[in-house]
Amino acid sequence: MVSIRLVAALLAAATALPALAEEVVVYSARNEQLIKPLFDAYTRETGVAVKFITDKEGPLMARLKAEGKNTPADVLLTVDAGNLWQASDEGLLRPIKSSVLNTNVPKHLRDPDGEWFGLSVRARTIVYNTSKVKPADLSTYENLANPKWKGRLCLRTSKKVYNQSLVAMMMTEYGEGKTEDMVEAWVNNLATSPFPDDTKAMEAVAAGQCDVTLVNTYYFGRLMEKQPTLPLAIFWPNQNLKNKAAGVHVNVSGAGVTLHAKNPAGAQRLIEWLSSEKAQNLFADVNLEYPVNPKVAPDKTVAAWGSFKQNLINVKEAGSLQTKAVKLMDRAGYK
Amino acid sequence: MSDSFADSSKTPSAGVFVFPRWVRPSGWTVFALLMAGLVLVPVVVTFSSFAQVEGDILAHLTEFVLPELIGNTVWLIAGVGLGVSVLGVSLAWLVAMCEFPGRRLFDWALLLPLALPAYVTAFVAIGLLDFTGPLQTWLREGWGITGLPEIRSRGGVILVMSLALYPYVYLIAKNAFATQGAIALEAAQSLGLSRTCGFFRVALPMARPWIAAGMMLALMETLADFGTMAIFNYDTFTTAIYKAWYSLFSLAAAAQLASILILFVLVAVVFEQRSRSQMRYGAVGRSAVTRRLRLSPALAMLACGYAFSVLAVAFLIPVFQLAMWMHEAALADLDSRYWDFVWHSLLLAGMGALGVVTAALLLAYAGRQRGGTLMTWTQRIATLGYAFPGAVLAVGLFIPVAALDNWLIDTGHIWFGFSGTEILKGTLLVMLLAYLVRFLAVGFGPIDSGLHRITRNIDEAAKNLGTSTSGLLTRVHLPMLRTSLLTAATLVFVDIMKEMPITLMTRPFGWDTLAVRVFEMTSEGEWERAALPSLAIVVAGIIPIILMSWRGARSHG
Amino acid sequence: MAELVLDSVSQSYGKRQIITDLSFTLPEGAIGCLLGPSGCGKTTALRCISGFEPIQSGSIHIDGDLVSRPGWMLSAEKRRVGMVFQDYALFPHLTVAANVGFGLRDTARADRDARVAELLALVGLAAHANQYPHQLSGGQQQRVALARALAPRPRLILMDEPFSNLDVELRERLSLEVRDILKREATTALIVTHDQHEAFALADWVGVMHEGRIQQWDAPYTLYHEPVNRFVADFVGQGALLTGEVINDHQVEIELGVLNGHIPVECDASGCDECVRNCHVDVLLRPDDIVHDDDSLLLAEVENKAFRGAEFLYTLKLPSGQRALSLVPSHHNHAIGERIGIKLAVDHVIAFRRD
Repeated sequence: MVSIRLVAALLAAATALPALAEEVVVYSARNEQLIKPLFDAYTRETGVAVKFITDKEGPLMARLKAEGKNTPADVLLTVDAGNLWQASDEGLLRPIKSSVLNTNVPKHLRDPDGEWFGLSVRARTIVYNTSKVKPADLSTYENLANPKWKGRLCLRTSKKVYNQSLVAMMMTEYGEGKTEDMVEAWVNNLATSPFPDDTKAMEAVAAGQCDVTLVNTYYFGRLMEKQPTLPLAIFWPNQNLKNKAAGVHVNVSGAGVTLHAKNPAGAQRLIEWLSSEKAQNLFADVNLEYPVNPKVAPDKTVAAWGSFKQNLINVKEAGSLQTKAVKLMDRAGYK
Repeated sequence: MSDSFADSSKTPSAGVFVFPRWVRPSGWTVFALLMAGLVLVPVVVTFSSFAQVEGDILAHLTEFVLPELIGNTVWLIAGVGLGVSVLGVSLAWLVAMCEFPGRRLFDWALLLPLALPAYVTAFVAIGLLDFTGPLQTWLREGWGITGLPEIRSRGGVILVMSLALYPYVYLIAKNAFATQGAIALEAAQSLGLSRTCGFFRVALPMARPWIAAGMMLALMETLADFGTMAIFNYDTFTTAIYKAWYSLFSLAAAAQLASILILFVLVAVVFEQRSRSQMRYGAVGRSAVTRRLRLSPALAMLACGYAFSVLAVAFLIPVFQLAMWMHEAALADLDSRYWDFVWHSLLLAGMGALGVVTAALLLAYAGRQRGGTLMTWTQRIATLGYAFPGAVLAVGLFIPVAALDNWLIDTGHIWFGFSGTEILKGTLLVMLLAYLVRFLAVGFGPIDSGLHRITRNIDEAAKNLGTSTSGLLTRVHLPMLRTSLLTAATLVFVDIMKEMPITLMTRPFGWDTLAVRVFEMTSEGEWERAALPSLAIVVAGIIPIILMSWRGARSHG
Repeated sequence: MAELVLDSVSQSYGKRQIITDLSFTLPEGAIGCLLGPSGCGKTTALRCISGFEPIQSGSIHIDGDLVSRPGWMLSAEKRRVGMVFQDYALFPHLTVAANVGFGLRDTARADRDARVAELLALVGLAAHANQYPHQLSGGQQQRVALARALAPRPRLILMDEPFSNLDVELRERLSLEVRDILKREATTALIVTHDQHEAFALADWVGVMHEGRIQQWDAPYTLYHEPVNRFVADFVGQGALLTGEVINDHQVEIELGVLNGHIPVECDASGCDECVRNCHVDVLLRPDDIVHDDDSLLLAEVENKAFRGAEFLYTLKLPSGQRALSLVPSHHNHAIGERIGIKLAVDHVIAFRRD
């Protein structure tokens, strides 16, 4: 039995065996524990098998490129718009026309050309220490550059795409120069060197090493689930601005159909299903994210954090500016 | 009485035609060149990136990123080099040469940190020692003590890497001291040097080539490391490579930086091997029966305490923390699929170790059969893969495999009406090849030095007794190399168990392993849930380490 | 057991000539020895015979079979030549018995066990059969190596500096033992050494090698008493050269008197006649050629002395200032500086022409 499986794998039986039923192949940068429940549900509902492999976006795209027209992948799924924009820029995705997706996914959360579609919203917001900061002291991302936050700010590393897209969003409004000044001021306000992840940054805020930080809301949700007594709360920034930087910065976890998909119709059906009402709850709730589909309400825990205005610039814009944002942060000394 | 030579032919045709030395054809050379060629595939793919101009990105990196991170990298290499040497050599000396309580236990237990991925040690260290960790919180809240040194710092990353990687030096230095330490020390004492003096002036210099060999492995792994550096947010050359690729979307710029790294490592390897070539002189045919130094009770307790502290910090505490996390969070993840992950990990690590050890043995053997400059360089190149950042190596190997696959598919389609998307790339073969390229250095080191310890006279004695070349291998060399082979296999096995980027990129559908599971959890920051697969990796790694030490202790080689 | 014949064998590494025109015949059952200082090419000669080095000219025959000629050699494992290495090269992973039985792989188990037991008994290590090499002393390891080489009944045994790793006392005892063992096995053997005591104790035939050539191939006695040139005279045994003048073809005059006997001066192509009269030569005097005699009128001053148990070796200063050696029974204990009476007791006159 063991040796049969081994030989099968060694001899590439996967390709030689005819598919018994319809199958969609997904390259996913969204991790297994966050995506497998959905694929399982899809298979239960439709009988279509979903084969997938997880990795980081970089290797997945390099893989797609190297495989060219013989790629087995039908769908590319990532956890940020920057990588989707990059995949589309390198011609790895194909545009699809789908009224279902156009209805289910708000305009600013999908590619204008239909090459990719956001499937869950990840909001990056301010988290503060409730015993040291009054909500009235907080207003915007930009305000964190104010010298009054000197020694009170904690940040996650600039290597994480969420910070890169946040800075890119700022650039759409303020341009490179002003944004760079702002990032430099953030760096000057840091209480300690940047953290490897959002959770560590929040723990530092809770422990009093600093007072405020920027995190994706689901990390806040996860941490509070484990330690409900931590003196932490969410603040929704940029709610009263009227410019392009108005609203909480959001990024998407999204998907597109690959250019050389073997089953493009099946791929499209899978993405459409993922944007549907019944899938959206599962998609977002499994990780305490926000659904993209406006008809679907977020999870109870998530809803309890209150509603907020999203930034409405198309996530593609932030994506396209991402390399520039990275360079800007390097110049500003944001590690 | 039968005559074992009776069947030997007396006709000249049974002999060997003697070519002039320089044209003597050799399967060994061909094999060694093939191995080097395999490693050259990703190197060439990586270097070919220079065909694409990425002036903008490189100019940016050169101006704002490289100056600092080159400094960082140099500090890291110097610090980790010193750290692994001090820890590895001191522990090896104590265990090989001195008698103290628990010595037999420490002998193998001090190797255990090998089974623990460095990024796990890093995360646990930060979790415990950072501002928010229990130690500082307790000091701050209970005693008002603040201002402890920052763990997320250069010193911290050096400390963690040293703790994670010292076993390479320890393992090799221990064997060196065990075979020649006593002779060296007695010679030194007979010349009127104190024991301490004898250690520094005789035993240490004698073991220098071995220490350098172990240090080289540790430093190559340090250079290629991404996970630990990411947790410390410590920028090195390798993190810049990933930045160019993942954040600036330029695989070409990443590959160009990787090429520079590889060239740097090649230079270092040449220097290291110059020093290692002295090993031939140092090799002793007969090992003296070691008489361990009896330490005074106070010193013995000190030695025991020291060994225990290192083991505790490098292994016991992280494992204990993992166990706590697993208990808290991760048991929910334990479902029937876990047996698949465990099985896949064991199978891949086992096959990989077998493949690497076989190739390393043949490569080392080729060097023994056919010396010379060509062979030396071939061996150097063939063992460069260990310094490659894993993902760069993976993609460097995947691109040509995919190209070959496309050609095969097209050809198959035209001639046989083949329809499919994968021939080679969906197989374990690609993974195993990638492991081979990456870990050949790890397997080659112990086997090559083991082979050097077998004198030529041993070969000739066997030949005189009528043994063929294959008989020489199976009846003499393999049994004599048993310890070296076991060491090599264990190191490679444990390394593959921990390996992430290659496994992620080249695994066929459904071939998730424990390391893949660790990746899925840690990349979402879910360290508690990563504890289960991490612990499984540790447990799976401990078994061969114990086996290795147990067999090693019994062997007569 | 077989005859070994080397005929004009030469071997070189690149441009460096290692052995040149090496010829000798070792009769069946005899023990031969190549004696020479280090770097003289004796080990290379051994490796050519064992089949590890190719030769560039000449030929090597064992038992009438050609085993090496330029461009071709019978591979080592097919030569039926056993070898005992300087460092013994015992297999550390095998017991003593398994080491000895190593070359008997194709032999039936019962025969193999019997042969191993026989050899272990022969070398006196029957009690150590199940020990590992590292548990044995140097001398024991040496005997295991010999037993291992003898086990497959090779046509020829080669030994490379077999006793150099042992202390002096053991060396002498063991060399006699080894000779005894080889003779009992009736093995033809060739031994390489730089130690003439070893060579003389072991060998029936000794070849003195120098700079890649055999200077003389003879029985030890002949080698000692009739060296063919100064190198052999100097390398083999002790002695002193005294200036002398040839009186005629049977007389030579040295400081200590006239020596009678055949004067084998080195002859060139034109013959020896040229040098019958007034020809300057150096005469070799062995320590036993000068005898102490209290009654002798010839006196020499004791310049140095070395106690050897049964006898003293005196270094004597002759009236002319030339030095000579004399072996004297040890009850004749003279102080340094004392003048003692000596007389000549020369059997063979050995004289070398001065140029």
